Amino acid sequence: MSNALADPLTIADKSFTSRLLIGSGTYPNQQAMLDAIRESGAQIVTVAIRRISLDGGGETVLDALGGDYTILPNTAGCYTAKDAVLTAQLGREALETNWVKLEVIGDRETLYPDTEHLLTAAEELVRDGFTVLPYSTDDPIVCRKLEDVGCAAVMPLGSPIGSGMGLLNPYNLEIIRAQTALPVVVDAGIGTASDVVLAMELGCDAVMAASAVGRARDPVIMARAIRHALEAGRLAYRGGRIPKKRHGEASSPGRGVIGT
Amino acid sequence: MGDSISVNGIERPLTDKTVGELLATENVDLDARFLAVAVNGAVVPRAEWNAAPVAADDDVEIVRPAPGG
Repeated sequence: MSNALADPLTIADKSFTSRLLIGSGTYPNQQAMLDAIRESGAQIVTVAIRRISLDGGGETVLDALGGDYTILPNTAGCYTAKDAVLTAQLGREALETNWVKLEVIGDRETLYPDTEHLLTAAEELVRDGFTVLPYSTDDPIVCRKLEDVGCAAVMPLGSPIGSGMGLLNPYNLEIIRAQTALPVVVDAGIGTASDVVLAMELGCDAVMAASAVGRARDPVIMARAIRHALEAGRLAYRGGRIPKKRHGEASSPGRGVIGT
Repeated sequence: MGDSISVNGIERPLTDKTVGELLATENVDLDARFLAVAVNGAVVPRAEWNAAPVAADDDVEIVRPAPGG
């Protein structure tokens, strides 16, 4: 029997037992964030890079998280390759990590990625020694180009950031999974546990969740649901679903029925 | 009008000669972890703060990690 525990997620040179990347924003308060992240089992936690407040100090989100997690700085809020590259470089300096979740947003309304700027920034950051995890559209061609420039994973969206609409195009995610050798992390759009199960059943390697947990009525309970969804979906993928048929197929023997 | 400098998007008079002096003027704890500074779009490593110059019309960014998705 295969061991569910011996099924690590590997991104670049790091392995993780959890297949969840979790955000540190959108929680009602810091304690809820810490409790939910703990309950989710996630080992990778994303943080934003922001200007300090010049009117006082205060502890950073990192002081609260402690040293228990792989911290993944993002470039959220950047609209140009130039700003995203500098934000990544500032994140590297602040956190002493070469990893970056690269986001280049194209539009305030949809928060869809700007693919042109994304590819430019990805290429520049890879050249600069970064391990780049790019948030992209669910377009297999874009994902292939991101792989070609040397990204460490692809992170296609399920639906717009924070929309909670789940996976709008599971067929594309399947194609992306089939075409790339990189880990596929479904980023954005997760609304609840069933979205996570579907992502895993499609063969995706991991899921990024932020609003789905932080904005849930009870973030800690939702974090637990998502942890179980990852496990259920991944096991279902590995177990292999039966083919769909148009007609029924009995699961009890046809012979030996009384009265025949 | 004297020389000015932009710090996190806010224009103010230039009173400092180095990044280290500027951070002190802004009451930033130079020993605080997780800080990063860029001048005119280039990161200034922490080890260089005390020597790296700032000049009129420079654009300084001082950042740290914040909660985010």
